[in-house]
Formats: sequence, structure tokens, C-alpha cells
Amino acid sequence: MKRAVILSGFGGQGVMSIGKNLVEAGVEEGLEASWVPSYGPEMRGGTANCTVILSDERIGAPLVEAPTEIVVMNRAALDKFEPTVTPGGTVFVNSSIVPDPVSRTDVKAVYVPCDDIANELGNPKVANMVMLGAYIGATKALKRETIESMIQTMFAEKAPQLIPLNLEALARGIACGEGT
Amino acid sequence: MKREIWKGSEAIAEAAIRAGCRGFFGYPITPQNEIPEYMSVRMPAAGGVFVQAESELAAINMVYGAAACGVRAMTSSSSPGVSLKQEGISYMAGAELPGVIVNVMRGGPGLGSIQPAQGDYYQATRGGGNGDYRTVVLAPASLQEAADLMFEAFDIADQYRNPVVVLVDGLIAQMMEPIVWKEHPGRPLPEKTWAADGRRGRAHNNFVTSLFMDAPDCEAHNLALLEKYKAIEANECRWEELMLDDAELVLVAYGTPSRVAQTAVEHLRSQNIKAGVFRPITLWPFPYARLREIAAQPQVKRFMAVEMSTGQMVDDVNLAVAGQKPVAFYGRCGGVIPHVSEIEGAVLAAWKEGL
Repeated sequence: MKRAVILSGFGGQGVMSIGKNLVEAGVEEGLEASWVPSYGPEMRGGTANCTVILSDERIGAPLVEAPTEIVVMNRAALDKFEPTVTPGGTVFVNSSIVPDPVSRTDVKAVYVPCDDIANELGNPKVANMVMLGAYIGATKALKRETIESMIQTMFAEKAPQLIPLNLEALARGIACGEGT
Repeated sequence: MKREIWKGSEAIAEAAIRAGCRGFFGYPITPQNEIPEYMSVRMPAAGGVFVQAESELAAINMVYGAAACGVRAMTSSSSPGVSLKQEGISYMAGAELPGVIVNVMRGGPGLGSIQPAQGDYYQATRGGGNGDYRTVVLAPASLQEAADLMFEAFDIADQYRNPVVVLVDGLIAQMMEPIVWKEHPGRPLPEKTWAADGRRGRAHNNFVTSLFMDAPDCEAHNLALLEKYKAIEANECRWEELMLDDAELVLVAYGTPSRVAQTAVEHLRSQNIKAGVFRPITLWPFPYARLREIAAQPQVKRFMAVEMSTGQMVDDVNLAVAGQKPVAFYGRCGGVIPHVSEIEGAVLAAWKEGL
């Protein structure tokens, strides 16, 4: 098993943390994992991205030319990374922000209204958790229970009141992903 | 043991503290600011000293001072900043002071770029300051190895009373990977009876200097250093061999390019091209002897050095291979990381040329 994911969006949309969550869950499940951020003279409000690899073997190159999945949280990310996805791969689109459909026909498209769902749940900050759920739901790359217990641990000390909200966001995302 | 997820820079800093480093002196520069940032929080808690110096020159001389008192000390910087430290590193080598210098390499020359590069190979392995000296150069390719080698770096520095450079590219410092904090029993080390840490009942003052007024004394000192470097060459060479048993084409790479080369080799093997990776872990001492043995093997047809520079380590590959087999080179530079497909393409081109 090897998955290479590029996650991209505006700074503040949580793409870096979705990537970190994938790595944490992967390591929890005994996989090899790596996370590489784009770094450079970044602009406030500019587009950020990171590359995550999950594998059951030692990871060589930590960057990829043809990701198995991409997660795009804004329009610029779709334009930039859609052409790179390996045929048969999956494009996860935050359809609350990105109005355009995926134009390629040799990849699967999963549209997730992350911000709409997050607003319905009463907290726009959980949009990234919705996307994480969609990724898990569609790819089954990691176990739902692993992410759930990660959420429990993550918020246990600092903000336990946020656990049900995040679990709900995750569940809504998983439902989105599973239906595809 | 539990695997924990760490960021490269922070893993390097934490490993240093666990290895007993109690003095950190640095000056900010991208892409390694997370090392001093982490140290500024953790070092005081560990009972050590963190100083953000007024310059790189000040920082390396603070390392000199702390090391002269017998304290495990280090500095970190990135390429242009490490250039500024070279005078101090030469003085430390001359005064036979242990210390660790982490260089998180970025594009050069001059201010260059802030992205990952490997253009400081010559500077690190040939001694970037004046005089006949060497620094041990350790080049990890994963965060686990980076953490493990920090312990070794301090041990090697103390055993031989010599500066040790940990040379990584910006990608290793910026990425995250799981690591396990292993027990490092360490090696038996001599007591620092030379340290200028007070009289302590001695009949004499310990005096730490790199100055010799008489030429014959200075020559004797240089020859003593040479003996030490020979011992390091004999004892401290490290490397890793990946898929080399039946390899006809040997890629030689360190740091991030070695990982890209590993994936390229996996792809090439699925096309029935027998390639493998030779990865030096110590860049000085360079594993010449082992590479020369590999070059002598009949099935080995050619070599290719892969670097994030215009070709520096390739010189050492040529010294090792010594004309036994052809040595090609593929590199990207200035902060550009080679893609797997580029290395594959370069290997396939070299392969066809050889047929």
C-alpha cells in the first residue's frame, strides 16, 4: 500500500493540519509516513500545500510528481494540481469554495461542501475535519476509529467540549466520501 | 518503542539536548529557525544555556568558549550563515575543541535561495576555513537517522576533540516523519582534562589556543592533527547500501537525493534495470574503500552521482572509483529538488550510452 497525497489551499484553511492528521493516523496504524510542506517566501493569504506519503514500506522520495489523491481547498489548487493526479486517482474538491468541476475524466472527483457543512454544524473551523472525513470515507486508506480516537486525544486536555463537534464533522465528511 | 511524529529541525534540537548538549548559540536564518526556536524553550528547562547571538561569528565563538570549558555545545545555521562561521570552526579544529555545527543547506552561492540544496559539500568536507584541518561530516537522510546521528556527533566530537558538522538539506529540516527515541549508551569517552574550567587543584592552568609562535611547534601540531584524522578515517566511515547485491548501475547520493534515487531505483528495477543506491552517511571521512571494492565487482558497469548541486560529491566518487568504471553525474541546484522521473531518465540515458 502506498498513497501519495498533495493537499493545497489558502493559508488558514487547515490543509497543513489535514496532512498532519493523516500522518498521525497512519503512524498509529503502523504505516511509514512523511509530511513535506511547501515553503518559500509565502504571502499572507497565499496558497500553501503539503505532500503526505503513507506506505507499508520505507519511504524514498518524500515528494511526488503524480499523487494518488489531491485535496483542493481553493480554485488555484485545482488548477495547479489537477493535471498531476495519477490516472485512476481521486480529486477531493471543497465545493463550498471551488465552483468548477473536475475536468479530467480519468480521475474520480469527490465534491465536499466543507464550509457549508461546517457552518451548518455551527463552527467554520471544522471545514478541514469534514474534508479529512471525506478522504477516509472515499479511500478507506485509514480506519475511521483511528481518526476518532485521534480527535479524542487531540482535544482531550485543551478543549474537550470540541470533541463531539469534530466527531460530527468527521462523520459528515465520511458520509460524503462513502457515497462516491 | 513508541513512534513519535517530529519535524526535522525540532528532532535535531531535541536529540542534541538528549545527547547532553547544554550550550546552544545561534543566529536566525531560514530554513532552520525551528532549531533555535525549539532550543530557546527547551534548553533553559534542561539546565543549559541558549543565546541568540548578535551574529554568526559571535555564535561560533560562543561555541568555542563553551567547548573550551568542557561543555557540550553546538550552533546551527544555513549555508550563508555557516560561511560566516568558518573562521571559528578553523579555530576550534586548531584548538582541538569538540562541538557540533548543524548546517541546513539552502541554495547558494551568496544569499542564494531558501530552498533545499547541497552546494556546501566542498566547504563541509574540505574544511571551509584556513589551515590543514578536517571536520567530521554526518549526512542523515531521514529524521530517525538525524536524531540518532546527533548523539554520535557529540560523541565523535568529544572522542577526537574535533568539530563535527551535521549536514542536511532544507527538506530534511522542514519535513515530518515518525521517529523512535532510542537508548544511546554512547561510547567510552576520555575525560576532558584539558578543559579550561578552573584550576581544580592542578599545578598548571589549562590553556586553550590555536596559536603556535614557532613553526616547528605548529608543524608538530599539524602532524598530530593528521594522525587524529587518520584514526577518524579508519574508525568512523559509515554508509548504506540499497539493492546493490546484483546492481549493474550504482547511484551514489546522500540526504534527500538519496531518497529520490531509492524510489527511482525501485522504478528502474520494475523495468529490469539492475540499479542500486550507495549512500554515504559520513561525507568526511568518505567511504572510499568500500566504494572502490564495489567498483571492482565485475557486474558493476557504471556509477552515477546524484546531488542537489552542480557536482561536488562526484569528485569523491571519482577518487573512490579511480577510473575502474565510468562515473556520470545528475544534479539540480539552487534550491530545486530532482524528481524521480528525472533521475530515471538520466539513468536510462546513461544506460543506453553504455550499451
